[in-house]
Amino acid sequence: MSGVLASMIDGLLVGAVYGLAAMGLSLIWGVMDVINLTHGAMIALGMFCMYLLFAAVTINPYVLLLPTIGAGLLLGIVVYWMAVHWVVGRSMLMSLLSTFAVNMMVIGIGTAVWSTSPYNVNFVLPGITIGAYTFTGNHIAAAISAVVIALALQFFLYRTRTGKAIRAVADNREAAELMGISSTAVLTIAFAIGIALACTSGALVSTLFPFTILSGSVYQLKSFVVTILAGLGKPFGALVAGVLLGLLEGVVTPFIAVSWIPLIEFGLFVVVLVAFPQGIFGKRATA
Amino acid sequence: MILRRPFFWIILLIAAGFIYAPLHGNNVSLREDLILVAIAIILASNLNLMIGYTGYVNFGHIVFYGLGGYVGLYLTTVRSWNLMLSALVAGVVVSLCAFLFGLAILRLRGAYFALATIGILQAVQAFVSNFDPWGRSTGMYLSFNSYQSLGGARRALWIAYFLIIAVMALSMIVSLVIKNSKFGLGLFAIREDEDAAVVLGVNATMYKAIIYSVSAFLPAVAGALMFFKNGMIDPSIAFEYMLSLEGIVMLMLGGQGSVIGAALGGTLYEKLRSYLLTSPVLSNFHLVIAGGLLLMVVLFAPGGLIGWLYRLMPRARKVIE
Amino acid sequence: MNTILEVRGVSKRFGGLVAVSDVSFSIAEGEILGLIGPNGAGKTTLFNVVNGVYKADQGTITFAGKDITHCSPDQVVHLGLARTHQIVKPLNDLTVLDNVTVGACFGREYLDMAAARKVASEVLQQVGLERTDMMARSLTIAGKKRLEIARALAAKPTLLLLDEVLAGLNPTEVAMMIELVRKIRDSGISVLMIEHLMQAIMSLSDRIVVLNLGRKLAEGRPDEVVHNSDVVECYLGFPDVVHKLTMANKLTWRK
Repeated sequence: MSGVLASMIDGLLVGAVYGLAAMGLSLIWGVMDVINLTHGAMIALGMFCMYLLFAAVTINPYVLLLPTIGAGLLLGIVVYWMAVHWVVGRSMLMSLLSTFAVNMMVIGIGTAVWSTSPYNVNFVLPGITIGAYTFTGNHIAAAISAVVIALALQFFLYRTRTGKAIRAVADNREAAELMGISSTAVLTIAFAIGIALACTSGALVSTLFPFTILSGSVYQLKSFVVTILAGLGKPFGALVAGVLLGLLEGVVTPFIAVSWIPLIEFGLFVVVLVAFPQGIFGKRATA
Repeated sequence: MILRRPFFWIILLIAAGFIYAPLHGNNVSLREDLILVAIAIILASNLNLMIGYTGYVNFGHIVFYGLGGYVGLYLTTVRSWNLMLSALVAGVVVSLCAFLFGLAILRLRGAYFALATIGILQAVQAFVSNFDPWGRSTGMYLSFNSYQSLGGARRALWIAYFLIIAVMALSMIVSLVIKNSKFGLGLFAIREDEDAAVVLGVNATMYKAIIYSVSAFLPAVAGALMFFKNGMIDPSIAFEYMLSLEGIVMLMLGGQGSVIGAALGGTLYEKLRSYLLTSPVLSNFHLVIAGGLLLMVVLFAPGGLIGWLYRLMPRARKVIE
Repeated sequence: MNTILEVRGVSKRFGGLVAVSDVSFSIAEGEILGLIGPNGAGKTTLFNVVNGVYKADQGTITFAGKDITHCSPDQVVHLGLARTHQIVKPLNDLTVLDNVTVGACFGREYLDMAAARKVASEVLQQVGLERTDMMARSLTIAGKKRLEIARALAAKPTLLLLDEVLAGLNPTEVAMMIELVRKIRDSGISVLMIEHLMQAIMSLSDRIVVLNLGRKLAEGRPDEVVHNSDVVECYLGFPDVVHKLTMANKLTWRK
């Protein structure tokens, strides 16, 4: 197996986590036309949540994903009622600013509590070795977890009543309300799920790399890139686009110095924004 | 015309204050304080042209400042050009680039435009981090000789300060002139309803590209001057994403859409920031307090301080613009 | 009589939906041409194609001798073709005066601020909007409709496209608006108007064009068009029934 192929596969695996993170952003954006600028902070909180849980109960972190999801849902409800509910429907600038304000507060508190020194979740799964290359077990487990959760979300959105309500509100909030759907309840749930997805992806990242409270911002930016690539409306598309982004990184890393990667990613981002109004897969919300 | 607007004279008065206060008594620490306020006002005022006047949220505004700093420092240090010429050329180069990029990304509306500006900021930072002639991620340092041509380091710093104050006054004057001009009316129409504005005859594509490049010019000049004064530049301090966002906070705090709002917001936020950062207790909470403040403004006073003032005294609108 | 607008063979499709299909008509100078048809007939789409918001897939549009088929809306206004919108688009956070000043600044005469303000004040008087310092968002729907027209008039057009200016107005407001449209025509501006209020459009129009499902169904004087059985059928469905009712004087067209 050549080095490039190994790098690509590794990229694919990490990409699944990018995709999971992006799903959270994409869901919230698609349902309530709010660009969640707390996304990075929530990812970082997810990292710390896993850290704290693991420190308290030293069991398999992949099991600890479940309480992390729960914590994420609770956190999402709090943030929704603190900053988001009041700006849904108002101009985009207002929702950008209110979520950004919450982001600042979370980062501020996080820095005060945890400072900016790196943290780690010390759990290593045995890897899989093929030929001369070893794929870290953590990467594989993270990818599998991401896909499982994504599938669960897909099931939830398309096979349950609440999921249907969410899709209805995403499509046309007023019409959904006229049909008797409480849009407030739906928006709260949708936002909470979006945050939970962010936290969970953060929790997975914590098993892969060392992190600080500021690490979330890198993933937030990647989530933007992925969301734009995928277009809105199909969260699963975000997972696929995330994997593609990871793949792209994997392909490029063996050849180009790491410092060029942000340029490629953001260059691609801007080009896709300008050239593909529909995203590559899905649809754009009316901005 | 512009001379008849009372606020024009208020701007000159403010600038005079900024010049006189530290000069009197050769108060260098006051100068350093005020220069940060002046930069904040420059950034906020020019950002206001995009956000407050045209309704396009630029999240990557700081890229103009950083690029201006790079071009300026390159010209003064590597090419040994005169400071004022370098700063001017920096302004022209950056605003030209902004015009060209603007034509492409201003086709996007709302959030997509905002995201594109973030993309551009990050891409430029990444590019500069890899760009050899500009020192890659280490950046560039000013050679001491550059100060000599201005009569020595101490004098050079004062000159840089006065030039920055001039840029600050210019930023506010430009805002004032545009606000009362036909061009400004066209921008407001675009902000309110771009499709209606086009149907009314506003060439929105051109207007947006023009204001985007105008909003780049003075911050670029200021960047060239400021980084010259500081003597060094590197990608992380030139293109700080947080500074870009803080520019927006300043605008919201003061009141977007008005000239004084940008100035007020810039001043208040800068004062708040330096107070918090130097306080032993509160320095950790600088972000928390700033964030909380922003949230309060968004939820309860989206018109900012000036919006609140205008509601209390509608007649103030004519004088305090 | 000179032709001020000539629409020839215009078609517009959106993906699989053909909104306008091979529509041709012309407007003479000083004429009021009514454009009617059931909902979804393509009337507003046709307006959008004429003033450049949409690009025609086929056909040409000639205004005052110039080919404007590929012009953008702002270019079209500079030539003297202004329009109002079915769903009004006030510039909410600007005053009424500022709203109309925009029209005067960027219209056919491309005036500077001072001159534009003067024109705006005059037009607002003509249209009957007095409180010019009000924020546009605070106007009633009737006021907003007047504002739309005032903005379009401030551009000093030679042809005015009115899209359902009477919708949502009470009978008194309708009567005032009809008067206004007459005054506009009398001042020398040709008018193309979409309207659903039959009595209004029948009494105002010199000629009428009927669209149905994107195609031109009929064209002619109001009394001709009204008795065209295709037209009656597309609106009411049963031409014989309508004919009988008309004959029995149960329905009358007031001129």
